[in-house]
Amino acid sequence: MSTPVLSIRDLAVGFDTDGGLLRAVDGVSFDVPRGTTLGIVGESGCGKSVTAFSIMRLLPQPSGRILGGRIEFHDNGRSEDLATVDPEEMHRIRGNRIGMVFQEPLSALNPVQTIGRQLSEVLLLHRTNDKRQALAMAVEILGKVGIPSPEIRVAEYPHQLSGGMRQRVVIAMALACKPALMIADEPTTALDVTIQAQILELMQELQRELGMSIILITHDLGVIAEMCDEVVVMYAGRVAESGPVARIFSHPSHPYTRGLLSSIPRLTTPGKARLNVIEGMVPTLAELPAGCRFQNRCPFRVDACSNQPPIETIQDKHEVACHRWRELPPFA
Amino acid sequence: MSQDRKTSGKSGPLLEVKDLHMHFPVREGVFRRARHWCRAVDGVSLTVGRGETIGLVGESGCGKSTLGRCIVRLLKPTSGKITFEGTDLTHLRQRELRPHRRHVQMVFQDPVDSLNSRHTVGQTLAEPFQIHRIGDARWRRTRVKELLEKVGLPGSAAERYPFEFSGGQRQRIGIARAIALEPSLIICDEPVSALDVSIQSQVLNLLLDLQRDMNLSYLFIAHNLAVVKHVSDRIAIMYLGRIVEHASSETIHRNPRHPYTRALLSAILEPDPTLNRQRIVLQGDVPSPISPPSGCPFHTRCPHVTDRCRTEVPLLREAAPGHQVSCHYDL
Repeated sequence: MSTPVLSIRDLAVGFDTDGGLLRAVDGVSFDVPRGTTLGIVGESGCGKSVTAFSIMRLLPQPSGRILGGRIEFHDNGRSEDLATVDPEEMHRIRGNRIGMVFQEPLSALNPVQTIGRQLSEVLLLHRTNDKRQALAMAVEILGKVGIPSPEIRVAEYPHQLSGGMRQRVVIAMALACKPALMIADEPTTALDVTIQAQILELMQELQRELGMSIILITHDLGVIAEMCDEVVVMYAGRVAESGPVARIFSHPSHPYTRGLLSSIPRLTTPGKARLNVIEGMVPTLAELPAGCRFQNRCPFRVDACSNQPPIETIQDKHEVACHRWRELPPFA
Repeated sequence: MSQDRKTSGKSGPLLEVKDLHMHFPVREGVFRRARHWCRAVDGVSLTVGRGETIGLVGESGCGKSTLGRCIVRLLKPTSGKITFEGTDLTHLRQRELRPHRRHVQMVFQDPVDSLNSRHTVGQTLAEPFQIHRIGDARWRRTRVKELLEKVGLPGSAAERYPFEFSGGQRQRIGIARAIALEPSLIICDEPVSALDVSIQSQVLNLLLDLQRDMNLSYLFIAHNLAVVKHVSDRIAIMYLGRIVEHASSETIHRNPRHPYTRALLSAILEPDPTLNRQRIVLQGDVPSPISPPSGCPFHTRCPHVTDRCRTEVPLLREAAPGHQVSCHYDL
């Protein structure tokens, strides 16, 4: 088996606040196999976006910092630990070997620069010194992400484009240098459903063509089911469960994953029936319980849950952090 | 007193909207003349029965929220008729509207913007009683506590401020405010789309429980067809200010007739990787309601488009009993 493009081991990320250091990500480990899509799913505050920003070394400064762990990036036969790499080297990797797509395309684009200028900027930084050539490359990339008449669009400003078109531009910027890894943070959350379908299809096509790996961060299990090969379920800064998508959806083994899967209204659920719920709400980072962080909402809680559960392998790549995974009833 | 109202005039529908238009002027130039009109709602008719939930589905800019705002008369419609419990609300002035306001309430999408951050939750919830001069201060305090408990919050929440609550709790406060005056109809405008997955189901359950306990009717506006299908008896699909299909939620799910409804259904991503459905990916964007396409408003994106669709506007016709669709063809 080839080496994964990215291996994260025991990543811990914290933020300095008035109330002291808050650990937003705590002991997170996962691999992104080459050419595949890994999903990270969880609710607000679970640490999924912080993980992504740590990989890009774009944590808010000066409050955010990586407290420990390794982020190994294996690219072109070289390995680098992005958690400790110096800023100049990171500058070379960011936007070049790792591209990023953000949730809100309007705030990811500069409103006072044309699309062409913003795209050329990436190319001038990493690929070429010739402005003309950069612009020609920009036109080509815009065509590739499905923007009609790209030679006219390069001269336009972000406000002249629709939400879906803007997101295509952001994807074009992330892919401009043909990166080994693309990180997409909620790329379709701000878009309408028919436009979401277009963007997801585009991402799949581009992945096939360029052979890159994708980390897809979302709160939407439907997007995970559609797009991903493997999934990491995060809760309150830790990994609750991870594994191949088909396996996680058919045999969810963490009570949180089960709760999420059974609380979503589906087309096939009988109308107006009460939905299953996960009681309570996500604890804030300042008031995390000792031990398993899901314990105060968990229907299977026992005394042992006040100790942190180890990550255990169920089979193959399917891992879970729950003391009681063996005893849970079969998932219906 | 509320009992009398709910039993009187039981024969007709609770709410009837007929051929409603809401056109906004697009002003340009030095004299701010209206050069164009944005046809946000363009001839919508629907009814809501007692205890019934009508789902209103469509993408951004389809006019679904504008329709909701017209019904609560936050907006004065350009033309058409809104009849609530037999009274024509369309042309009433603000003052004349007041007695009706307590029967039609609204829950907004963003529970942060819709609550006054300088008022305690108790003050916010007591305000409807002050406006309608119901009870004294002591009665109101007891009533506020009851309301909070009804939506699953502790009575002590009354002394706290909105920022002290999570998104899901704030939405519960918004719902408590909406039910304070025991309305018969609540317009819910994307009530769960800003909430986390595990909180969405809690709020949906609360809305279903309240409907059963209080015999409420809902107009449930949302873009997520799976959520809407779960709570609604009937669903109306909107596109560019018009209803393109209207049927019971089971029929919309099992036998959609309009190509737009079919595309919306196929764009739902079900959390099940074993499903391998053929997806209908619509090309292009929703056209602007300022210059809608000629003929069928959907023809620019429709996979089945013919010449007839480009020129002739399809009428909303009865394709089967209780199933209306606005398409020239039986697909």
